[in-house]
Amino acid sequence: MLAYLIRRLFAAAVMLVVVVLAVFCIFFVVPKWAGVDIATSFVGKQADPAAVQAVREKLGLDDPIYSQVWEFFKGIFAGRTYAAGGDVTHCAAPCFGYSFRSEQAVWPVLTDRFPVTLQLALGAAVLWLVFGVAAGVLSALKRGSLWDRSAMVVALAGVSLPIYFTGLLSLAIFVYGLKWFNGEYVPIDESFTGWLGGMILPWVTLAFLYAAMYARITRATMLEVLGEDYIRTARAKGLREQVVIRKHAMRSTMTPILTMLGMDLGALIGGAVLTETTFSLPGLGQKVLDAIKNQDLPFILGVTLITSLAVLIANLVVDVLYAVIDPRVRLA
Amino acid sequence: MTAPLHEPAAEAAPNAVEEAAVAGTAAKAVQGRSLGRIAWERLKRDKLALTGGVVVLVLIVVAALAPVLAHLYGQDPDAHHENLIDPLFGTPTGSLGGISGEHWLGVEPVSGRDIFARILYGAQISLLVGFLSALVAVVLGTVFGILAGFFGGWVDSLISRVMDGLLAFPQLLFIIALVSVMPTSMLGLTGTGVRVFVMIMVIGFFGWPYIGRVVRGQTLSLREREYVEAARSLGAGRLYILFKELLPNLVAPIIVYTTMMIPTNILTEAALSFLGVGVKPPTASWGQMLSNAIDYYDSDPMYMVVPGVAIFVTVLAFNLFGDGVRDALDPKGSR
Repeated sequence: MLAYLIRRLFAAAVMLVVVVLAVFCIFFVVPKWAGVDIATSFVGKQADPAAVQAVREKLGLDDPIYSQVWEFFKGIFAGRTYAAGGDVTHCAAPCFGYSFRSEQAVWPVLTDRFPVTLQLALGAAVLWLVFGVAAGVLSALKRGSLWDRSAMVVALAGVSLPIYFTGLLSLAIFVYGLKWFNGEYVPIDESFTGWLGGMILPWVTLAFLYAAMYARITRATMLEVLGEDYIRTARAKGLREQVVIRKHAMRSTMTPILTMLGMDLGALIGGAVLTETTFSLPGLGQKVLDAIKNQDLPFILGVTLITSLAVLIANLVVDVLYAVIDPRVRLA
Repeated sequence: MTAPLHEPAAEAAPNAVEEAAVAGTAAKAVQGRSLGRIAWERLKRDKLALTGGVVVLVLIVVAALAPVLAHLYGQDPDAHHENLIDPLFGTPTGSLGGISGEHWLGVEPVSGRDIFARILYGAQISLLVGFLSALVAVVLGTVFGILAGFFGGWVDSLISRVMDGLLAFPQLLFIIALVSVMPTSMLGLTGTGVRVFVMIMVIGFFGWPYIGRVVRGQTLSLREREYVEAARSLGAGRLYILFKELLPNLVAPIIVYTTMMIPTNILTEAALSFLGVGVKPPTASWGQMLSNAIDYYDSDPMYMVVPGVAIFVTVLAFNLFGDGVRDALDPKGSR
């Protein structure tokens, strides 16, 4: 078990380095090939050449790529100092640089917005796991029944609906029409009921989409598992059906679900861009979208990295859970 | 000996039963049903999948003929009709977002552009990006998947790690990021052209590992089969085995995953345009219409419903068809 954990941790660390490199390339190397000048986009559309040159020096854009990468890494783990002429700025670790637009440091803004996204993702995940998996299992057990068919129709519709459409519809109906909720994000320490009222719609719409996906996959996996020999063996040795399902079938059914959960949750924690935009939630996703519209590279870069980190951590947790659920994994 | 099974004579002699059974299968086999034929016959019986398929066909025709249809319908997608807009609120006059005999699905708030004509043109972008990005993913996924599965060793390790890595990336965010750092003109393309090109490449690039994994797995098991062995012993080269022996047997899973990937890609395109990093106005796209509709969800709900339903119907049709194709090609499939 310990060897397995160490191996997974090591793999995750390697992946993190690769991700940082990839992110760096996307923002600093790809634009160069494509002929876009970062210093110019920093300064703005009507840039005067001297200002552009100053920025280029300060960000070290003329240095060779490897030294830029090194500075970037160093900034994240140890902090870095930007210097051009007499203009020196020290940026403490973890340094993700400064906004091209407002000159704000990136990191504090990100930590400020992170809780909103986390609340959204975790709340929705609980809902979709409970309802999606339950619906999928019931459908598989009562295959061909009215319940199965209607649940699968709803699920198919669910995976075909974009979240920004269901989100807008629910806003139009429940916030504007019925006036059940206020449709605004309220921090939890300000008012608990206000917070709940603001989060319910985002949770439910987001969870609906994922629940539909999870129900379809759970049903398919469960049906496959129920056809396996060991289930027949379990039944043959006289176990009650409930035990067969709960102890034997569910275990194998949950492994692919967990894999999906790891990826989905990780990606959502890094910014549920669509949901946050639709419901105007001030999370990471909304920030990254603003940053994209303003061509504010450091923010895009910061959020992309946080998201990647979240995906890696979520995958790591899933790998560990895997080993708990499936003993074969530990030995592999 | 061609006695049918049910003849009493067969019961008397066990050998005869066997022979008759062999003859029976042979007689059936004479009808010669290929795998594709069997799949097609299964698909024909699946009403829902067929409906989905028909809707998909209609959508393709609509997208291809959008300019012609818009001309016949008599509305230009970019023409403004400010006379139909309430100057005070900016919303269309008349009920349900200005639906009338002339504007079947009403007009947009503020500009008064015809929504039906814009939906027609929006179908072009959606389907173009949906299909071509799937094509990019299929080509990359098939080539890398087959190479990894066939050669094994370090080639397999390398390709597999790359696929794992790509799958673990937060895709939407990377797609948004990549699309937004791309220049506004390249390879002789400008404006909408470059946007569409970039979306196709980026969405396709993040999609190939899904196909690649499946192709790799299939190739791994297929390359050990006797017929590959036979081809090799007859002196067939690697390329011949790859393309003439293995590839035809990979077609079924590739088709299944492609049909399931297209709707996802359509949703991604709509999401990108919704977020404002997809095609730029005034080019019509469904996602962009929805994003404009945010400001009017209370005063002009029809403006949001129309593009939303367009996306829903399109994606649903592809999903229905895709589910049907999967069931038809994969008899083990559980649905």
